[in-house]
Amino acid sequence: MDYFFSEEQVMIRDLCRQIAEERIKPVRAELDEKEQFPSEIMKALAQADLFQIIIPAEYGGLGGGCLENCIAVEELSRACCGVSTSYAACFLGAYPILLFGSQEQKDKYLPLIGNGQQYCAFALTESASGSDAGSIQTEARRDGDFYVLNGSKQWITNGGQAGIYTVVAITDRSKGARGATAFIVEADDPGFTVGKKERKLGIRASATAELIFSDCRIPADRVLGKEGLGFVVAMRTFDKSRPGVGAQAVGLAQGALDEAAAFARVRKQFGKPIITFQAVAHMLADMATEIEAARALVYATARFIDSGAKDISKVSAMAKVFPSDVAMRAATNAVQVFGGHGYMRDYPVEKMMRDAKILQIYEGTNQIQRNVIGQELNKEYGRSK
Amino acid sequence: MKIVVCIKQVPDTAHVRLDPETHTLKREGVESIINPFDLFALEAALRIREQAGGAIVALSMGPPQAAEVIKEAIGYGVDEGLLLSDRAFAGADTWATTAALAAAIGQMEDVDLIVCGKQAVDGDTAQVGPGIAQRLGRPQVAFVKAFREISGQRLVVERQMDDGFDVVDLPLPGLITVVREVGEPRPPSLKGKMRAKQYRVPVKGAADLGLAPEQVGLAGSYTQVVKVFAPQATGERRVLQGSAQETGAQAVDLLVDNQVILLGS
Repeated sequence: MDYFFSEEQVMIRDLCRQIAEERIKPVRAELDEKEQFPSEIMKALAQADLFQIIIPAEYGGLGGGCLENCIAVEELSRACCGVSTSYAACFLGAYPILLFGSQEQKDKYLPLIGNGQQYCAFALTESASGSDAGSIQTEARRDGDFYVLNGSKQWITNGGQAGIYTVVAITDRSKGARGATAFIVEADDPGFTVGKKERKLGIRASATAELIFSDCRIPADRVLGKEGLGFVVAMRTFDKSRPGVGAQAVGLAQGALDEAAAFARVRKQFGKPIITFQAVAHMLADMATEIEAARALVYATARFIDSGAKDISKVSAMAKVFPSDVAMRAATNAVQVFGGHGYMRDYPVEKMMRDAKILQIYEGTNQIQRNVIGQELNKEYGRSK
Repeated sequence: MKIVVCIKQVPDTAHVRLDPETHTLKREGVESIINPFDLFALEAALRIREQAGGAIVALSMGPPQAAEVIKEAIGYGVDEGLLLSDRAFAGADTWATTAALAAAIGQMEDVDLIVCGKQAVDGDTAQVGPGIAQRLGRPQVAFVKAFREISGQRLVVERQMDDGFDVVDLPLPGLITVVREVGEPRPPSLKGKMRAKQYRVPVKGAADLGLAPEQVGLAGSYTQVVKVFAPQATGERRVLQGSAQETGAQAVDLLVDNQVILLGS
């Protein structure tokens, strides 16, 4: 369907599609098998200016918004969600600086992020603190012109690959949710180390690691916004980034449909291509319909966010929860259409099925997304009385 | 460092067919692309610029629509472009082509390095790069596969040979032609593509280059393509039938008898 993209948006889509076909598809299985970070691809994405998309023009970027980001992420995800996760996590790490950074912080970091010289990561999750973000244990103690961080973060995408980390830590435990603060930590800060690299079910090209802060000393001007804003930084960041996960889901689901439909046209049983059997055709029809609905939701939400709208939490959550559920179904059904072949690692759909699962989990589980939507509905209907 | 990259617009060879009647290329519906070897030249130039700084000019000769490959080169990140286009250039062989390209480069100031792909996929001559260097009186190294040293004064390059490679010291200004081992071409960039959209490709004709009509195009060429044809398979065919052992032995005998395999005495 034509979504009436601007010339620039078409350019982003076509360039990402070209890179996905030429650079990602030929190596995705190997990257997955070897659990290898896609360094060469990330370099190509940087050379193509794709890290510049959301960086404002005054810092050398292209000044695009959520929609441009979603278009790029969708196309890359159509080939490999492991690669697109590595790419999109850079924006997740960059949004806090974009949204809350001081002039000095923006001057220093945004050009580095935009030209791909430094990858980013966002660190909130801990081993005992997932959906219950308020229970994080990592602490930051003020010490003169410095903060000293202690604790550890878990399952951090781009951990060990990023040069710039946005880290949320508790600065005043007595203040509860208002006692957390977001900091910028650089990879070579003293007391900062990267722990073990995780072994994952899917998105295995992406690097997921533990971050360890052991008397990690950083200058006080690394605070994002101000002390106590940590969870606001995190929530505002997620509001912006969630449609990106939706875009990953749309891309992955489309990739699964592409594979399944092509296979169903050539696979013959009972003397006929299996796409001519209604049972198979209906599965493909449902996949295609749901994907189009998910895509429309992602683009509409992204455009709404780019319009400068204020109350975006609900739609942003919707644009993550629905597409990721669609992607999981589409990938599972793609494997079903492939039958025994689909279960083998020789075809890309088993990887897609493994990759799809994370989309329902990270950046807020789909259960948490439904909580967000529910809370917003409660507020809306409370107001309209 | 100022670098000139020579690029040629060619039919997408993956999709070219010969008309069996007229023996000419069927060009209808065949897309034009940058000669694939020239993408390696572009990549080499971009890498040299990254290391040594400076600017790159993409140079092409062809019909007006060849401006597209110049724009494409802008998309890859080159700084400027120049298209040589003139009815008088039509039908040029490599001699007449190098006359025009060398004249254009001669008019540019302070060109340190000229980079060409090793050959074009349509003509397959591999003569234009070396021909330009010869006309300009500059040193050249063909089939470069890697760089060992890059400076404003000299390049130390590896030249691919059939049985290994040579290490060659090339004083600048000079010319190189490159092979694919020089590095996988990067994707175009968004900023480059946006610039390419706006970019107006400068065009020069024979008169602008100070060349007389008899020096260029068909008139300035020593060779002409008289006919293009797909060779007929004319060899005698024989089908051997029987067990693998039998037919294998027969095949070896035939190869030896016909001196395809030469046995030592």
